[in-house]
Amino acid sequence: MALKTKDLLGLRDISREEIEEILNTAEAMKQVVAGPTKKTSHLQGKSIVTLFYENSTRTRLSFELASKYMSAVAANIAASSSSVKKGETLIDTAKTIDMMGTDVIIMRHPMSGAPHIMAKHVKSAIINAGDGTNEHPTQALLDMLTIREKKGGFEGLKVAVVGDVVHSRVARSNVYGLTKMGAKVVLAGPPTLLPAPGCEMPGVEYCYQVEDAVRDADVVMALRIQLERQKKGLFPSVREYARYFGIDPKMMQLARPDALVMHPGPMNRGVEISSYVADSDQSFINEQVTNGVAVRMALLYMMTRREGR
Amino acid sequence: MSTLIKNAVIVNADGRETADLLIENGLIAKIGQGLSCEGEVIDAKGAFLLPGLVDLHCHLRDPGYEYKEDVVSGTRAAAAGGFTSVLCMANTHPVNDCAAVTSYIKNKADEAGYCKVYPIGAVSKALEGKEIAEMGDMKSAGAVAFSDDGSPVSNARLLELALLYSARFDTYVAVHPEELSLTEGGVMNRGMTATMLGLPGISRAAEEGPIARDLILAEENHARIHICHISTAGCVELIRQAKARGVKVTCETTPHYLYLDETACEGYDVNAKVAPPLRTVADQEALIKGLVDGTVDAIATDHAPHHIDDKNMEFTLAAKGISGFETAFSSCYTRLVKSGILPLEKLVEKMCLTPAQIAKIPGGIIKEGQPADFFLADDKEWTVEAKKFLSRGKNTPLDGKTLSGRVLKTFQAGRLVYERAL
Ligand SMILES: [Zn+2]
Repeated sequence: MALKTKDLLGLRDISREEIEEILNTAEAMKQVVAGPTKKTSHLQGKSIVTLFYENSTRTRLSFELASKYMSAVAANIAASSSSVKKGETLIDTAKTIDMMGTDVIIMRHPMSGAPHIMAKHVKSAIINAGDGTNEHPTQALLDMLTIREKKGGFEGLKVAVVGDVVHSRVARSNVYGLTKMGAKVVLAGPPTLLPAPGCEMPGVEYCYQVEDAVRDADVVMALRIQLERQKKGLFPSVREYARYFGIDPKMMQLARPDALVMHPGPMNRGVEISSYVADSDQSFINEQVTNGVAVRMALLYMMTRREGR
Repeated sequence: MSTLIKNAVIVNADGRETADLLIENGLIAKIGQGLSCEGEVIDAKGAFLLPGLVDLHCHLRDPGYEYKEDVVSGTRAAAAGGFTSVLCMANTHPVNDCAAVTSYIKNKADEAGYCKVYPIGAVSKALEGKEIAEMGDMKSAGAVAFSDDGSPVSNARLLELALLYSARFDTYVAVHPEELSLTEGGVMNRGMTATMLGLPGISRAAEEGPIARDLILAEENHARIHICHISTAGCVELIRQAKARGVKVTCETTPHYLYLDETACEGYDVNAKVAPPLRTVADQEALIKGLVDGTVDAIATDHAPHHIDDKNMEFTLAAKGISGFETAFSSCYTRLVKSGILPLEKLVEKMCLTPAQIAKIPGGIIKEGQPADFFLADDKEWTVEAKKFLSRGKNTPLDGKTLSGRVLKTFQAGRLVYERAL
């Protein structure tokens, strides 16, 4: 089975069945990542470009390895965000890369919706590797693969997502993905970092008390807090943030005893998550990284196998 | 030179009649049954004959941004939309903050001859919000109102001075309500759609807060004030209350706030990016209620043409504004008249008569002795094709939409200035 759309722009627009198919394929790919010979011919003769307008060593590396493990020709372009400001148009860049015979463009951009514009102007498939404060679908898919492995499924699970919800593309993609699969998602954090009253996404719960979100949760996901937000006055101090909104062992006592701890990384230890929690037996943060490569392999495989390609 | 329009349904704000209309020397010479004339005769059977639309708020981009629009392309587009008089904003380059620029715009429009242009002068020199501009000189050169539109007059004392000073010249100040500390970074309405799209939102408070302040300033100083492009239910309520206690306030909304809502931004459609942003269906309903009960006085286009390169980019970076002349009548006709919410007479009041009265300019009425400024329209459907706009700005979220009510012919001072190719 392939995806219905040419591109993977987010989890908002794909179906439950498609998500399931991606996760199933990723499970198979995980065998390759875990195996002794990390080389398959799935992407033999395919050309993959990573186009990053924003730094992200780990996401880019994850995609690059996924491409290379499957024998694709992979290249990367690190476009600085200063070229965005200069008004060098995204669409021109897109067309240029397209004309070089690229099959898949993996794109990270500091502005929401940038991959959507790109997708309209190119023949290549676009994978959104994070756009502004909108979505980060591959991160959510790897989170979901991790949850499914440990919990067997999603139906009836309570997932607490804690932190800078309003600016988090990870949170948004997880909400779309997890709610589609039947999990209950509760989002918590300082009110200044949650959607304003009346602007909440449908189908999820929001709360100001992290305790309420974490209580009886099956999964506790801490989001990375960008320390610049404090300078913009969105919370008064890092110390206070850790005290009221950080995930520490005391907080984790409220969750179910077998709750998973997750974090999209890189972590600010001692701020949104304490080291005791991050390094505990409940933490699957390192597992998430492995699953990231598997999910990206699955997507690249599925997206280069559609009809007419 | 005379022209006779036969068998048209002539619609004024206070009623309609089927009659013939004779134009002589640029004026409406006679309205009646069975008229005849030596000159040209046009049979308008089946069409409405409406007073030329009067736009209280548009951007012609000239001088300075002629690649977006100039006075000639803008007035041609206005004529194609049924407009015979437009008021254009001062945020040009150089800014229209002195008589020389005012005259330049007016003369260029008169020379082109498509549509009458009444410039709006800047409230503050260079739109800097520091000192009031030479309103008297600009008024003498043809300006009819004053506004720093595009930017708010954030300094309350400066606005107070402008309100007081403008009274001497029998004119008014039009304000663009925006609290910059609340709109900074925002690109669409703050609401569920913005949350879902991951786009930073602009609250209603960013618009309503300044309106509350400006209404109080106008009240305190017994001055006339006009509030531009209101978009929320709260704005309507604030103005309703102010009118009830006697504040000399008028206001306008635009066709896009009446026809579209925030969901037009779905898919990151940059053509739906506008300031203030498209709001919700509930806001739209409140605006319509305001039109019906008289709180909302007028519909103005806020025609804001942009070059494709200013739009064809990331939503966050794209310029704000909609090219509005050529869809204004049809989108209002479709949304308000065709749906049965307003009679066509009421639309004539909101788009012709009241705007002319607010600006204190001729027009807005079909009456013997008045300038022959009018347009013919029918009830048929048409599909918006932005690339065929006469405006240089092809930026509209209505591209491809089917609307009712086509502008067929526009007459300005008795001359045919637009004719629809059929
Ligand atoms: Zn404005």
